[in-house]
Amino acid sequence: MEKIKCECGHVNPEGTVLCEACGKPVEGNQHIDGNDKRKLLNMRYDGSARRSQTYNKSIIDKTWNFFSSVKVGVWLIVLALTASAIGTIFPQEQYIPADATQDPSIYYEAQYGILGQIYYQLGFHNLYGSWWYMLLIAFIGMSLVISSIDRFVPLYKTLKMQKPRRHDTFLKRQRLFSETEHVSSDEKKKLVSGLKKQRYKVWEDNGHVLAEKGRFSRWGPYVNHLGLIIVLIAALMRMTSFMYMDEYVWVREGEQTVIPGTDKEYYIENKDFILETYDKDDERFKNAIEKQGNVAKNYQTNAVIYKEQGDDVAGADPDLKKVTEDSIRMNEPLEFDGYTLYQSGYQQNEFKRMSFKIHKTDDPEEASLGSFSIDLTDPKETYQLDNGFQVGVTQYYPDYELQEEEPASKTPYPRNPAFVFTIHPPGNEEPETSFVGIGKNIDATGENDYKLGIEDFETRYASGLSVKRDYTLPLFIIGAVIFMIGVSQGMYWQHRRIWLHPKGEGILVAGHTNKNWFGLRQDIERMIADTNVNMVQDQQETE
Amino acid sequence: MDSLINVSSAMLYTAFILYLIATFFFGATIRDKNKNSNKGVGISGKIGITLTIIGFLAQIVYFITRWIASKHAPVSNLFEFMTFFGMALVFAFIILYFIYRLNILGLFALPIAIIVIAYASVFPTEVAPLVPSLQSNWLYIHVTTVSLGEAILSISFVAGLIYLIRQIDQSVRSKRTIWLEVVLLSIFIFAGFSIISTAFNVSGYSAEFEYSVNGTTQTTDYHLPPIAGPNEGELLTGDRMNPLFEAPGWMKGVDAARKFNTVIWSVITGLILYGLARLILRKRVGAFIQPFLLKAKPDMLDEISYRAVAIGFPVFTLGGLIFASIWAQEAWDRFWGWDPKEVWALVTWLFYAAFLHLRLSKGWHGEKSAWLAVGGFAIIMFNLVAVNLVLAGLHSYA
Ligand code: HEM
Repeated sequence: MEKIKCECGHVNPEGTVLCEACGKPVEGNQHIDGNDKRKLLNMRYDGSARRSQTYNKSIIDKTWNFFSSVKVGVWLIVLALTASAIGTIFPQEQYIPADATQDPSIYYEAQYGILGQIYYQLGFHNLYGSWWYMLLIAFIGMSLVISSIDRFVPLYKTLKMQKPRRHDTFLKRQRLFSETEHVSSDEKKKLVSGLKKQRYKVWEDNGHVLAEKGRFSRWGPYVNHLGLIIVLIAALMRMTSFMYMDEYVWVREGEQTVIPGTDKEYYIENKDFILETYDKDDERFKNAIEKQGNVAKNYQTNAVIYKEQGDDVAGADPDLKKVTEDSIRMNEPLEFDGYTLYQSGYQQNEFKRMSFKIHKTDDPEEASLGSFSIDLTDPKETYQLDNGFQVGVTQYYPDYELQEEEPASKTPYPRNPAFVFTIHPPGNEEPETSFVGIGKNIDATGENDYKLGIEDFETRYASGLSVKRDYTLPLFIIGAVIFMIGVSQGMYWQHRRIWLHPKGEGILVAGHTNKNWFGLRQDIERMIADTNVNMVQDQQETE
Repeated sequence: MDSLINVSSAMLYTAFILYLIATFFFGATIRDKNKNSNKGVGISGKIGITLTIIGFLAQIVYFITRWIASKHAPVSNLFEFMTFFGMALVFAFIILYFIYRLNILGLFALPIAIIVIAYASVFPTEVAPLVPSLQSNWLYIHVTTVSLGEAILSISFVAGLIYLIRQIDQSVRSKRTIWLEVVLLSIFIFAGFSIISTAFNVSGYSAEFEYSVNGTTQTTDYHLPPIAGPNEGELLTGDRMNPLFEAPGWMKGVDAARKFNTVIWSVITGLILYGLARLILRKRVGAFIQPFLLKAKPDMLDEISYRAVAIGFPVFTLGGLIFASIWAQEAWDRFWGWDPKEVWALVTWLFYAAFLHLRLSKGWHGEKSAWLAVGGFAIIMFNLVAVNLVLAGLHSYA
C-alpha cells in the first residue's frame, strides 16, 4: 500500500481524497470524488479512502465494487419493488380459495383467462418463494453489508483523525462559507461561546476551531443496515424446521389429541368451543348489522394442555400431567413451553353421533322396527338390534361427495356422513343393501323391503388451531429495533460541523452538514449574532 | 349514544368547513405584498393556520366522541380510516408549517385533506361491530401510526407538486408539462368521485342487479346510474336506465362491475371538471397556477419535500411494517403473509428507500426528487384506494 504524506505531516492511506487531518485535497486523487470538475468539495465521505474507489483489479475487487455501488443497490431495490407489486396482480397460490376444487394450473386460467394462464406459467402464482426472488433479496443483503463496510470503516477513521486546523482551500470549497477581514479577539471568543451555547463540541488549536455536533447521527445508515441484515438472517433461519415449526391441529369438543410437532409430548383437550355473534338489538351496531347481516364477535376454544410424563411406552396409554388450562381466542393465543397455539379456524356442525331406525318400505307411518346409534368417531362394523335385525356398515364416507360419478370422502372428518348399509333381517330373508346420507336414501335395486331412516343426530364444533414454535422471533425483534434506532438516529439528528480559521486580522467560517442545511444556517446565524462576522453564503447557489 | 354520534358527525363537518375556509386564507397570502418579510407569515397566514388548528381540534373531538360511542378506536372501516388519514394529513401539515412557516403549503395540503375526507364520507358511516381479528389494540396502534407516516410522506408530495408547478417551463408544451397535467387531472378525478357519489347519494339513487359469479347468483346495488352493468347481469329495480354496456367477462370479483362503473363515473366527472377549468383558464392548469407561486423559493420547497420523507420514513416503517407485523402475528399467527396490502406496504417502503438513496448518493435533488415524491404519493394512494377496492385481501374493509 502506498501511503500519502500531506504537507501538514499527516500520513494518509492510499486512495485518500482529502487529507484526514487537515482536509487539503490530495493531488492526483481528485477525480475519485469528482472534485476536479467542481468548485465545491464532495464531502459525502469526507474524502476518505474507500476500498471500492481505490482498487479494481482482481475478481474480488470487482465483486466488492459491484456490491458497494449505490447505483446497483438502487437497481436491486427497484427490481424487488417491481417484482413484489407484480405478485399482487392475481392472488398468490396460498390465497386461492381453499374449496377451489380446481388445480392451480386450471384455476388461474379459469378465473382470469389468458392473463391468468401466463401469470401461472411464469411462476408468478408463487412469486415470493421463487428462487429468483430469494436471490434478489440475497443480493440486496450482500449489497447492504459490503456497501456499508466500504464506507463506514474509512469514514470512521477519518472523522477520528480530523484536526481543528484545516487547510484554507478546504474551507473555501465548503458549501457554506464566508470571509471577514477584521475580527477582534473579543468577537472570536464570542463565536466560540456561541457555539458552546448551542451544545457544539469545540476543539481549538491556536485560534483554529472545529465545532461538531451529532456525529453519532452519521452512523445511522450503517446501524439501520445492520438491523436489516439481522432481519434477513432471521428470515433465512426461519426456513429451517429446527428454528421454525408450523403445524395445524383439529380438535373436537370433548376430545383430546396429541399436538403435532411436539414429538408426542403435549396433548390438548377441547373442553368447549364458543362462537358468538353480535347482538342484533345492540343500539350501537343496529344499523350496520341490518345492512351487512350477522357479524362474528368471538371464536374461542377452552383448552387444557397436558404433558406426557416419563417414557413413552409403545401402545400404553400416555401418562398425562396438566400443564395449563386457558382459553384461546383470536388475537389472544395460548403460550406454553415455547409453543404457541392460535385460534385459526373452526368447523361447525360436525356430526358426533347419528341414530337410525328401520321400518318397512311400504309403511306410510314408518313405524320403527328397531333402532341403533353410530358413534361417528368410532363406527362399528355391525350393529345387532334387539329384535333380531343385524345392520352391517359396508362403506362409510365421513364427508361424502361424488367425485367423477364415484362416491368418496372429501375429508376424513364427519361433516357430511353417508353409509352403505347391509340389512340382515331376522330369520333367513335375503340381506338388502341401501345407501343412506343426509337427505339421501337410495335403494339400488328398488326391491328392498326395509328402509333405514335417520332418527336423530348430535353435532359439535371442531376447533382448528395452528401450532407454532418460532425461535427466530427474538432475532426479528432485535433486527427491527436496531433498524428503528438506526433510521431515527440518521433522520432526526444531523451531523453538523463548523470551522473557524484565522487569517491575518480576519477569519474564515465554513460549515458542513449531511442534511438540513436550513438548520445549520440557523446555528451559524446565532453564532455570529452581536459580531460583525459575515454570514456564510450558500456557494452551491452561486456555483 | 345516538346523540354522541351526532355530536361526533357535527364535529367532523365543522372541521371540514374550517379546513375549507383556512384554504382561502392561505390563498390570500399570495397577494401579501411584503415579499421581504421573510420572518412573519402575514396576517392571512396567521388566520389560516389558526383556523386549521381549530379545525384539527374539532376533528380530534370527532375522533374521541366516536371512540366513546362505538367503544373501539374509529379506524376500523374505510370511512373511519380515510377520515383519520385526512386528520393525519392536517397534523403533518401543521408540523411542517411550524418548521418552515410556508403559507403556500397550506394552500395545497388542505385541499388534499379535504378531498380525502370527502372521499371517506362516500363509504358507509355506520358504527360497525368488529370481527374477532380486528379486536386488537395492536391494530389501532398499527393503523394510526401507518396513516401518520403516510400523511407525513404525503406532505413531501405537496411540496414536490408545488415545486414542479413553479419550476416547469410552461412556455412550451413538453413531456414534463403533460405529466404535470396528468397529476393535476388525477386530483380532479379524485374530487370528481367524491362529488358525483355525494350527489347521487343525496338523491338516494339505487338500482339492483342480479348476476352470477362462479355459478352462484349474487345481487349488487348500484348507487350511480349503470354505465357499465355486471356481465350478463339483470336489472331488478324497475324504471332505472339499462346499462350502456356490460363489464367485460374477466372482471370477476364480487362487485367488480359496480366498482368499474364508479371508476368510469369518477373519470368522466374529473374530465369534465378539468375540461371546464381548461376552457375557463384558456391555458394549462399548471401554467395558470405557476405565477401565483413565484414567491416560494424552490430550494425551500425541495428541502421541505425531502425533510418530510426524512421524518415520515421512520414513522411509516414503524407503523406499516413493524406494528403491522406484531398485529398479524397475534391475529393470524404469522407476522408476514404476502397479503396484497402487506406487499404494497413493502413496495411503498422500498420506494422511499430508493428515493433516499438516490437523493443521498446520486444527488437527485430538485425536479427529479419532486417527481419521485409524486410517485411515492401515487403508490400510497394506490395502497389506500385500489388495494382495498380491487385487490381484496385480508384487510378488505368495506
Ligand atoms: C431495502 C433496503 C434498504 C433500506 C431500507 C435502506 C435504508 C437506508 C437509509 C434510511 C439510509 C439513510 C439515508 C439518508 O440518510 O437519507 C441509507 C443510506 C445508505 N444506504 Fe441503504 N438501505 C437499503 C438498502 C441498501 C442497499 C441495497 C445498499 C447498497 C448499495 C445501500 C447503501 C446505502 C448507502 C451507501 C447509504 C449511504 C450511507 C452514508 O452516506 O453513510 N442501502 N440506507
